[in-house]
Amino acid sequence: MTAKKSSSPLARTTGIFFGVAFVCACFSDLAITTVDPWAEFSRLLAGILTPDFFSTDSLMLSLGYTLAFALLGVALSNIIGFGLALLFFSRTVRVFCAVIRSVHELFWALIFLQLFGLSPLTGILAITIPYAGIIAKVYAEILEEADPTPLQALPYGTARISAFVFVRLPDAFAHFRSYSMYRLECGLRSSAVLGFIGLPTLGFHLESAFKEGHYSEVSALLILFYFVIATMRFWMRRPLLPVYLIIAVIILPWGAEFSASNIVRFLTEDILPHPLRDPSASMVEWFHLIIIEQAVPGIIATLQLTMVALIATGLLTMIFFPLISPLLLGPKARGIGHVFLVITRSTPEYILAFVLLQLWGPSMLPAIVALALHNGAIIGHLVGRYTEQISLRPDTPAGANRYFFEISPRVYRPMLALLFYRWEVILRETAILGMLGIATLGFYVDSAFADLRFDRAMVLIAITAVLNICVDAISRKVRSYLRLQTSLEHR
Amino acid sequence: MRLLSSFIATVIALSVAGGIGSADQARAAGKFVFTAIPDQDESKLRKRFGKVANYLSKELGMKVEYVPVKSYAAAVTAFRNNQVQLAWFGGLSGVRARLLVKGSTAIAQGKKDPFFETYFIAHSSTGLSYSKNFPKGIAGKTFTFGSKGSTSGRLMPEYHIRQAFGKAPSQVFKRVGFSGNHSRTVSLVQSGAFQVGATNFKVWKRGLKDGSIDPKKVKVIWKTPGYPDYNWTIRGDVDQSFGNGFSKKVQKALLSMSDPDLLKSFPREAFISAKNDDYKPILDTAKLLKLID
Repeated sequence: MTAKKSSSPLARTTGIFFGVAFVCACFSDLAITTVDPWAEFSRLLAGILTPDFFSTDSLMLSLGYTLAFALLGVALSNIIGFGLALLFFSRTVRVFCAVIRSVHELFWALIFLQLFGLSPLTGILAITIPYAGIIAKVYAEILEEADPTPLQALPYGTARISAFVFVRLPDAFAHFRSYSMYRLECGLRSSAVLGFIGLPTLGFHLESAFKEGHYSEVSALLILFYFVIATMRFWMRRPLLPVYLIIAVIILPWGAEFSASNIVRFLTEDILPHPLRDPSASMVEWFHLIIIEQAVPGIIATLQLTMVALIATGLLTMIFFPLISPLLLGPKARGIGHVFLVITRSTPEYILAFVLLQLWGPSMLPAIVALALHNGAIIGHLVGRYTEQISLRPDTPAGANRYFFEISPRVYRPMLALLFYRWEVILRETAILGMLGIATLGFYVDSAFADLRFDRAMVLIAITAVLNICVDAISRKVRSYLRLQTSLEHR
Repeated sequence: MRLLSSFIATVIALSVAGGIGSADQARAAGKFVFTAIPDQDESKLRKRFGKVANYLSKELGMKVEYVPVKSYAAAVTAFRNNQVQLAWFGGLSGVRARLLVKGSTAIAQGKKDPFFETYFIAHSSTGLSYSKNFPKGIAGKTFTFGSKGSTSGRLMPEYHIRQAFGKAPSQVFKRVGFSGNHSRTVSLVQSGAFQVGATNFKVWKRGLKDGSIDPKKVKVIWKTPGYPDYNWTIRGDVDQSFGNGFSKKVQKALLSMSDPDLLKSFPREAFISAKNDDYKPILDTAKLLKLID
């Protein structure tokens, strides 16, 4: 008898992705180059253990701003996203949403910084616009996947609007609500990260403190941030929402005025290719510089990082989910697991990469590990929660056998679904690691803004957006080929 | 009931927040605002320049405010968009700002700023030591600049590297990084994350004095020739907005700053007058390196 060689599409796809990631890893710079990392690392540890809440200027105010930007941004994007979700049958709307969500909020902020300066509008719009695109897509999917039976029970001739308001909406509403809570958590993270480029949120102080090695201050800022996210379910009550929104509008520092002429100048001059403004410059040279010297190496590095980080995320997820799974661990150990996962997923990947960069020196390794830790903790949490629904046979094996032969095969498909869903997110996140000096497209965008060359920045951002849309499309193809479904709660 | 409680809470919130809001508005009227590039010790910027704002308020007899920014580019943008009217720039950021805002002028500089220097520093494990001539031995090492928009941390070191090797830094070194600011360049080279770096000589000297630099781990291997660097630049339209002769008044206030505590925040011994032409070498170098079109 000859051995029959058959492999499932699932195994084949896994193999292909592993292969691609392996090739990417071979060509990536993964060296550890530091000579003396321990001195700095021991200072970091000492600082983390001795948080100092009094060294930051106006700490409470920046916490207030962080909340204000997140609340207003997420509230507005919910309204706009809901409206767009209703129009999602239109191809134009779908493409529009894909485009606005393919640009990272940091890039939106850098653009709005040119238009409105350090006005609160910059922060609110930077969150609202990409989030509206994401929310529109998710809400449209929720509406589409809702149970159709109640609709069929309606009498003939029911007005479409009544059918929508009284039948479809109530069913979907619970999903909208739980998704909005998740978005608010993301919004808080985004809002904090916007501080890295100058908005007055927690990130403003966090970045400075980190850069200068004031680790006790870093520790205090992070603890405060974790606390706000961990207690969200207690303070985020629906009746209180209008109150929060009004306070948010009023505490933001609206003082800075902006002029229409700045906006007009940015849109009609600054972003025009330089050779169009200065006839002595050569268009070919301009294009060559952006495409050959920046975009191509940027795209290669971005894809390398994304593919290796994607597989690393998958591997870490398989290690992380048992930490909170009742099928594999007792309640005490799970408690610790929960705390670990909350901290890992709430820490912006920028911070993780920053710490690892200090430890290992400048290569792609810190970025890969930071992305994998952050995303692995998010998916690990969702997969761990998923195992709560699995019921085991009475004669199920115990210990390692249960993990490898019972649980792992059963969570593998949902895990892959979530992982492919996050592929696009990982790609977006490589942008912000570019600002740390890892030569992804984000690095070149950041350089263009640093040189005040907005024409180049816009071309590079557009290229980043196209790359994002492509990956999103491939991810959707792979998921439908493998018939992977993400359930509504697990997005 | 729920609606009612929500309504009451809203009213309370409005009145509380209204108090904060009105204080905010009072601030917005008729103030003169300045910023400074975040070249070192960012978290102390507010403390350092808050004092300068108080001094200027007193000298000019009006409300003067300092706005912190995160990057050199943000300082230039704020100046260009008239969100600040005065700024403490580096050589390169000052040149960029004056190109973008017609009529703006450099009015003051530190006493030693016409002869600013960049130090090339190396981790002791490289075995490199101080030399009078450009240290060609740095080729093939890992190298970090400061901020992408810095004169002493980017422009001048890149110029000398290109002069010495005839190649771009990315072709000379194994790895090139941008640390973000001068104090961080020193700490990255000291930890060995990068083998060689270029930093502002004032930041180096201060680090030696306050003990944050360990001379056993990191040392100076080369000093660039002097070049003009930091400067106070003011917008050309301030005389229109704040009254005739305002620009001169600001210049006088800056030049007569004598309190050592204030000057320490820059850190400078004293300020002397400056003019746009003083920075011509910087403009030419930036054009040569294609950092300015």
